[in-house]
Amino acid sequence: MGTIQNKLEEPVSDELTLVRAAKQGDDSAFEELVRRYDRNVFRIAQHITQNREDAEDVVQEAFLKAYSNLAKFQEQSKFYTWLVRIAVNEALMKLRRKKPERTVSLDEDIKTEDDSLPREIADWSPNPEQQYTQAELREILSKTIQGLPPGFRTVFVLRDVEGLSTEETAAALELSVPAVKSRLLRARLQLRERLGRYFQKRESGDGEQ
Amino acid sequence: MKCSDFLHELTNYLDGVLDEPTKVELENHLSWCHNCYVVCDTTKKTIEIYRDSQLYELPEDLRSRLRSAIMTKCQQHKKRGPESV
Repeated sequence: MGTIQNKLEEPVSDELTLVRAAKQGDDSAFEELVRRYDRNVFRIAQHITQNREDAEDVVQEAFLKAYSNLAKFQEQSKFYTWLVRIAVNEALMKLRRKKPERTVSLDEDIKTEDDSLPREIADWSPNPEQQYTQAELREILSKTIQGLPPGFRTVFVLRDVEGLSTEETAAALELSVPAVKSRLLRARLQLRERLGRYFQKRESGDGEQ
Repeated sequence: MKCSDFLHELTNYLDGVLDEPTKVELENHLSWCHNCYVVCDTTKKTIEIYRDSQLYELPEDLRSRLRSAIMTKCQQHKKRGPESV
């Protein structure tokens, strides 16, 4: 069984050239950074806020904050990791303002049975996603991930959707590597279990051996 | 390897960062434990489905509107000076 590979591998030096030019006041270099990462920031923001208008606001606020704080960026991490950290904070703040009754924090630790085996273990149909139209599938995926606590879905999105490494995810979220790994495992297992409701093999007629 | 050990190593296994002896042990466990095989396989599919889903893609028209709003705000910020955000 193969493993999952990261999909985002940017040449750092190229990014750093743009960052340094932007620091010198070259706005077209900063605009290039916006072009490079706006889709990622939007996706992360919408996963966290679960709201499109909020995600649009987060994209604008995150880039503006990055622009105005560029001089403080120490170049010890990738610019993208630094930007993600700003965007995640903005998105969590939005969520907090909307749901003041619930504390929204990356530190929240929901009690789950993380060291026991998942309860339902039923195999999925082959290519389960093909049972649904693209629109239906998006609806299922969106609804399913909304059910996770923000701290879990943020880790899952950065690590598995955006392809940040465990260390980059930890740096972006100011969490320890073991905390990222533990949340990632729980997020993956919870999503797997919830998606099972849609993707499980039917009892009869699909050729199980 | 017990099922609970498998679960403990699952994330490292899927991320391809397990050391060779543990990986061999885990794959040996998967070869006879159907439940763990299914958990491993469907967790991997979960990740792939999300990764390939193109959920929350930014449409091009919205994208250019956002970008020009960002650059306008950045330029206003530059004119007003560093205390304005």
